[in-house]
Amino acid sequence: MNIVFTYGLYVLTGVLLMLSFMKSKAKTALSLKKAWRMFFGILPQFLAILFLIGLLLAVLQPDTIQAIIGSRSGIKGIIVSGLLGSVTIIPALIAFPIASELLKNGAGMMQIAVFISTLTTVGFATMPIEVKYLGRKATLLRNFLALLFSFAVAYIIGRVLG
Amino acid sequence: MMKIFKKYGFLTAIIIVNLFALIFFPQVGKKSIAFTWDNFENFLLTLFPVFICIGLLDVWVEKEAMLKIMGEKSGIRGVLLSFLTGMITAVPLYALLPVAGMLLKKGSKFSNVLIFICSCTSIRIPLLLFEVSSMGWKFTAISFLTNIFVVVIIAFLIDLILTEKDKKEIYDSSLIM
Repeated sequence: MNIVFTYGLYVLTGVLLMLSFMKSKAKTALSLKKAWRMFFGILPQFLAILFLIGLLLAVLQPDTIQAIIGSRSGIKGIIVSGLLGSVTIIPALIAFPIASELLKNGAGMMQIAVFISTLTTVGFATMPIEVKYLGRKATLLRNFLALLFSFAVAYIIGRVLG
Repeated sequence: MMKIFKKYGFLTAIIIVNLFALIFFPQVGKKSIAFTWDNFENFLLTLFPVFICIGLLDVWVEKEAMLKIMGEKSGIRGVLLSFLTGMITAVPLYALLPVAGMLLKKGSKFSNVLIFICSCTSIRIPLLLFEVSSMGWKFTAISFLTNIFVVVIIAFLIDLILTEKDKKEIYDSSLIM
């Protein structure tokens, strides 16, 4: 499903490029040059984050995450799940099956909800890139608020479904 | 010198940590390199089309046009547009940020860019069916509905707390991306 979306993105990009090329070769060349320059401008940060995520994943593997979230319950479990979700970067598509597996094995609904929500909205590892585009203040605020509201959403989900 | 350090300092530090891990904890170090490589392929696969689209956006979309559809005076239509484009986009946060930078460069209203980012990260329409199949429709429906409010609240709060000076700095730095 994720890969379908990525292919869609490629098709869209191809169509746009073709349209652009038909309208003006010069402008298309300029846009590609700009894309290249912008990409290289941010590449060092991206590489650093890739290495950081690699390290985090090596220390915190999916089964470690499962063990941590699965075994703890209550407020403590919710907070731990939120923090775990904030530091790990796993595509939502891989996270959903892990989450449903955890639910079947008896993990709490609120813990799972917090984990899924922080996974996609809070990114400690990607903060340096976010700072580059949004500035320090907005980045810190966004991540902090996203973490806070993940607990709120999870609470609502837990109350309704639990 | 300071600039080079700022640009490559973090990268150098993290590579040193990785080497350290390889030497002293070979198990962790090897895994880390393997994960890094896996992710690198994914990153490139996603970022390649995203950056081309940003380049095209930069060249073809006039600032005036962007101001009209997402700018300061775009009103509720700008808000809805940011929301909808955010909801139908399912790329990871790291790939979204350059897009957000380009939207700012073209003069989109700051709160609209925030709505775009927040809705992208918390509401993903292309993944809904997948979420339903693993988490159930009740879970999906509740998180979808509550997240709509959460997106608006977070964007509103950040916009409220940031001063005009903060925003001007962000817009200024978007010009040199």
